[in-house]
Amino acid sequence: MANKEWPLYEVFIRSKQGLSHKHVGSLRAADEQMAIDNARDVYTRRSEGISIWVVESNSVFASDPNDADSLYEPSNSKVYRHPTFYDVPDGIEHM
Amino acid sequence: MKEHNIEVLERDFQAKIDNDIKIEPKDWMPDEYRQTLIRQISQHAHSEVVGMLPEGNWITRAPNLRRKAVLLAKVQDEAGHGLYLYSAAETLGADREQTIDDLHSGKAKYSSIFNYPTLSWADMGAVGWLVDGAAIMNQVPLCRCSYGPYARAMVRVCKEESFHQRQGFEIMTTLAQGTAEQKAMAQDALNRFWWPALMMFGPPDEDSKHTKQSMDWKIKRHTNDELRQMMVDITVPQAELIGLTIPDPDLKWNEEKGGYDFGEINWDEFWQVVKGNGPCNKDRIETRRKAKENGAWVREAANAFAEKRKLRNTKKAS
Amino acid sequence: MNALFEYLLRLGDDSLILGHRLSEWCGHGPILEEDIAMTNLSLDLIGQATSFLKYAGEVEGKSRNEDDLAFLRFEREYKNLLLVERPNQNFGATMMRQFLFDAYRKLFFERLVHSTDSQLSAIAAKSLKETKYHLKHSSEWVIRLGDGTEESHQKMQSALDDLWKYSAELFYQDDVDEDLIENGIIPAVDAIKGEWDVLVRNVLEQATLIIPSNNWEQVGGRKGIHSEHLGYILAELQYMQRAYPGMKW
Repeated sequence: MANKEWPLYEVFIRSKQGLSHKHVGSLRAADEQMAIDNARDVYTRRSEGISIWVVESNSVFASDPNDADSLYEPSNSKVYRHPTFYDVPDGIEHM
Repeated sequence: MKEHNIEVLERDFQAKIDNDIKIEPKDWMPDEYRQTLIRQISQHAHSEVVGMLPEGNWITRAPNLRRKAVLLAKVQDEAGHGLYLYSAAETLGADREQTIDDLHSGKAKYSSIFNYPTLSWADMGAVGWLVDGAAIMNQVPLCRCSYGPYARAMVRVCKEESFHQRQGFEIMTTLAQGTAEQKAMAQDALNRFWWPALMMFGPPDEDSKHTKQSMDWKIKRHTNDELRQMMVDITVPQAELIGLTIPDPDLKWNEEKGGYDFGEINWDEFWQVVKGNGPCNKDRIETRRKAKENGAWVREAANAFAEKRKLRNTKKAS
Repeated sequence: MNALFEYLLRLGDDSLILGHRLSEWCGHGPILEEDIAMTNLSLDLIGQATSFLKYAGEVEGKSRNEDDLAFLRFEREYKNLLLVERPNQNFGATMMRQFLFDAYRKLFFERLVHSTDSQLSAIAAKSLKETKYHLKHSSEWVIRLGDGTEESHQKMQSALDDLWKYSAELFYQDDVDEDLIENGIIPAVDAIKGEWDVLVRNVLEQATLIIPSNNWEQVGGRKGIHSEHLGYILAELQYMQRAYPGMKW
């Protein structure tokens, strides 16, 4: 207990209304309130955020990069889901 | 069977790097790649944190409110950079407190420039201009380094670093264009920081054993000497612009190579300072060690409070 | 006596001296995250000091700017509270000092935004945003450390015992305030005292700390009668401008 380190938190910031939260890094804090305060000080010093999420790192469950192929293969092979497959006539912008 | 597997893994790993595909925390990587990165990233983090001290000690003596505020913002940024970097090191499995203890015990290194004292207000200018300048030179290529979290940390750092260099150069300019005393102060600071700044790029290429492997792994994108040459070529005209003299009698433009020839660095001094015998090494480490020690009761109390609260919340829930 | 000028010096000096004290922590914080937090606080306070002292110079009308006022007055001319010149001592004492001040400033700025003086009202609006965060940070630490370990509890109780007597000066009012209050330029701080008491007691209770029963009030700062600490603070703060008079930086 004496020299136990503070847990690691992952930090997610939404920098602007309309955007989703983005992972920006991690920091150490003793509890969630401190984690929010610290995240504000470290990651929004130049007013880079309007919403902060903090999650204890050991609560984040991640996929195995070796499974990437089987997780994502199905849509990779279905080319028609991607906009590059469709021919857009010249002269049409913003599409 | 196992050996064959390792070969395949290493081959795929190198292929990613050669194709500029980023390596992320859970990807397979050679042990040496991991260890090299941990060492490089934590050294970088330690440098930011120790780097707060030579400038931090002038905040209380800043000559006006604007300079006080700007210096505060700069030093705050440096602490932030340290945090981004420790956070990147943690993604590789390095424990932040362990790497910090290694710093305090002398096992881990940090940039030797911070072992030089800041003796006058002009040193704030010299440090921003030359030290942050050298750091930028090192850091911009690292934005393209192979390891994702380190590259992303570098992008953040670089965005903030250019303000640091500009404010340092602004201080130097103001002094160089000020009174005779101010100009002398600026020249004196340049005289003391020039060579240590060039030493920031490390030993000459022929003496740098890690360079080739680091370049193959895209952890390092230029050699020490390449960066050092770039630094000289960029900085000399800046000094001339504000009427200051680089303290190198051997400095000479070389038309053929399109850059400056410069004098021999005192490699004795370099190695002595790296080994721990610089003017401020002991003080810097002692300051950091004391800060951690004096803060132990605070960290412990925060833990205790968090535990108490968890218990209370569990009791409430049941 | 230019009451508004005098009053602005009080506001500016409070922010200046406290900001300066916090900047002494740079590189020495208990954990890197708190180094950033405290330099952040310091930066906000120096910013406030700049705004208040700049305005003070304009109101005085003798061509003194914020730097002239911050760096070139003499000891008896500074009008900050005694509370803000107290030494940092340890992180807990620093947070306790901060908390007592932040609780006051939050309530004060909430009222100052309604000032009939538009410049003061604008400074108050900006400062209020910052102060709400400062108060969140300092009150959380007072609770964490008060209700942490036996050691942290004792340190916080010690800090409270030492600092409590300086809190009365937060509500000090004299002839400088009278006209300004009448004209709606500043709020009457004795009206804030009740709310401050509630806020502070609430946090201190959560922190399991006991408010000293001794009601002795240590005052003097508002009249320029400071503790010995201010002299040393000014010696550092003013050094460059005194050693190199009249130069641009």
